[in-house]
Amino acid sequence: MNYAFDWSAIVPALPFLARGMVFSLALLAVCLAGGMALGLGLALMRLSNRRWIAGIGAVYVSVFRSIPLVLAIFWFYLLVPMLIGAVRGEATPIGPMYSAFVAFVAFEAAYFCEVIRAGMQSIPHGQSHAAQALGLTRAQTLRHVILPQAMRVVTPLILSKAIIIFQDTSLVYVISVSDFLGAATQIGQRDSRLIELYLFAGAVYFVMCFIASRLVEHRYARNALT
Amino acid sequence: MLALAAGTLLGGCRRATPEATPARSTLEKIRATGIITLGHRDNSIPFSYFDDQQHVVGYAQDIALAIVEEIKTELGRRNLSVKLVPVTSQTRIPLLLNDTIDLECETTTNNASRQRQVAFSINYFASGTQFLVRRDSGIQDIDDLRDKNVIVSAGTTAEIALRKLDHERGLGLRIIAARDHGDAFAALEFGKAVAFMSDGAILYGEISKARNPLDWHVVGTPLTTEIYACAMRKNDPTFKALVDATITRMIGNGDMRRLYQRWFQSPIPPRQVNLNVPLDAAMQTLFEHPNDRPLP
Amino acid sequence: MNYDWNWSIFLAPTIDGASRYVWWILSGLAFTVFISLCAWAIALVIGIGLGVTRTLPPRLGRALATAYVELFRNVPLLVQLFFWYYIAPVVFLPVSLQTALNRANPVATQTLTMIVCLGLFTAARVCEQVRAGIQAQPRGRFNAGYALGLTRIHVYRFVILPLAFRVIVPPLTSEFLNVFKNSAVALTIGLLELTARSRQMGEFTAHVFEAFIAATLLYFLIAQITSHAMHALEARLRIPGHGLGGSA
Repeated sequence: MNYAFDWSAIVPALPFLARGMVFSLALLAVCLAGGMALGLGLALMRLSNRRWIAGIGAVYVSVFRSIPLVLAIFWFYLLVPMLIGAVRGEATPIGPMYSAFVAFVAFEAAYFCEVIRAGMQSIPHGQSHAAQALGLTRAQTLRHVILPQAMRVVTPLILSKAIIIFQDTSLVYVISVSDFLGAATQIGQRDSRLIELYLFAGAVYFVMCFIASRLVEHRYARNALT
Repeated sequence: MLALAAGTLLGGCRRATPEATPARSTLEKIRATGIITLGHRDNSIPFSYFDDQQHVVGYAQDIALAIVEEIKTELGRRNLSVKLVPVTSQTRIPLLLNDTIDLECETTTNNASRQRQVAFSINYFASGTQFLVRRDSGIQDIDDLRDKNVIVSAGTTAEIALRKLDHERGLGLRIIAARDHGDAFAALEFGKAVAFMSDGAILYGEISKARNPLDWHVVGTPLTTEIYACAMRKNDPTFKALVDATITRMIGNGDMRRLYQRWFQSPIPPRQVNLNVPLDAAMQTLFEHPNDRPLP
Repeated sequence: MNYDWNWSIFLAPTIDGASRYVWWILSGLAFTVFISLCAWAIALVIGIGLGVTRTLPPRLGRALATAYVELFRNVPLLVQLFFWYYIAPVVFLPVSLQTALNRANPVATQTLTMIVCLGLFTAARVCEQVRAGIQAQPRGRFNAGYALGLTRIHVYRFVILPLAFRVIVPPLTSEFLNVFKNSAVALTIGLLELTARSRQMGEFTAHVFEAFIAATLLYFLIAQITSHAMHALEARLRIPGHGLGGSA
């Protein structure tokens, strides 16, 4: 090992790095909230009786599950300012941050759609039949019978996915947004301590994700594949 | 470049035409609101950047402040407040067009296509694309880079120029495209490439940020030229006249030359590094014959 | 919106005059496919090894395999890539090797780095799938094998693993698709794979939409081909009567 490690750049930079971490967590939160909402909508679309609605949902999910997240980030980095400008009728300087939020929500919604749909379909048909027999409308059945049970079933999957999404927030690097990794990169380049900062960032991600995944495992003790 | 395309497409969607005469001239707007808003960069050393006290400083920033003084005199109001708004290459023109900022002096290239959207002042800096290399590498110009790794910032005019030249002259350059200048210089420091090609001004800025600035120097005959000027809204002759008069006067009475020495040939914040950029032929011409001619 | 579409831009010569844009895109596609297949091969070899190790008795083996999985699953792929590209050569290699690496063709080093990084990253996930597949086998199968006098190796090789693989083809398909998508991260170290080429084309021609749509369609095509191939494989491998947790 012929590299002289110098960790002194890290402690003074902690406030700046913390701000980056706040953005990463905010992106995760927005992605979960927005992604689940949109995912639920897509799942309902896919379960619709009208073929064209189901078709749109299927195409959306199919496309967004085929492309890399990096490509989705670039797409929305291009589209979001254009769409906002078209709506407002004037050039609006939109920072890359907002494009990142939209990209993540749109991208992960496809995954959440499939998870929610699988969860809903795992609820025995007897439940919805019984609800209908009791006079509940389809909407009420969904809201009070099917979805609560489905969400309980898929919660461990959602939480595991959240940990992965948290790691994926680092990809906003490609549009120069200052998330935790972006902040570490800036400090590392500024102080010529890129190696130390990247190792530090890796360690922080590891500790946070490891603890989170242990908690999820403990809470939802996983059975075997059956 | 990608964002420039988006901006141009966006321009097509706007209902308000950007080239139309502004409702009121910038001077009237400043007189009415009592505020002058300047756009600046956060990290374009030594033109427009934050020093370690988070003050905006730089060669272009000093020019902008001189213009502000002139505006105060012209309007007869010493107590105008100056607002500073950070911009990026993607946001600077939209922020000018939607009246968020009145003037921006940093590293905006004065070229013909931009002049369709905004107006430019007298040019205050000329620079060519060159190579940043280690002093002990022995590299003097592009021919020394045959079959070697060269890094550029992706999507820049520098990348285009390098690829064209490489193809035309069959140099066998191994061109790596980096996300931005910071990444490019980091890769250079790690030895992933032996040269970083970019605008001279940017290269000198990167040297100032290096761990050992003395290890590096800028070489090579300029392959392309960049000309910097202040940008402002179009169809506003009184404002442009004031800005141009300020810059012309600064060139004429030697202030501009002193400013150049202050920022390019003396220790500068934040680390008191001296960039030592010689006054090249392009700059001499600019000082002797002030003009606002754009690049084609 | 007055964006001027021009699909024939793909046939236009590139800005440096060296090629045409369609070849740029196809070159990117080639890199994406090559990196992904090589990384997947590495991931299978290492992942299966680790997955089996995690189900065998020796404690040390299990601990090491578990440590591997936890490390490679809890650090973002991009951070791992920066580790292999920037940190590992400087910290682990002697200066002479570092210089040799730096002087080598950057495309080769970028490709190799990405294959190693993506392979090791995916191996952790393959390991977990294999482990789950093995642990899904009823104890009875193991015991039947031992009762017949087979050694542990033989039980794994002839009884457990064949059945375990059939069980995990669907989640493995998902991981395989992920490999193609994760290969795009290579653009951060300058490798011109499909996403990078489409962005490069967009930047040089201002025909961003055409470029991105081409990339999107190609990724979609890759995903369709891969998942159909894996489904066909699953159908061919199916053993009647040996469904998930089935009898015998």
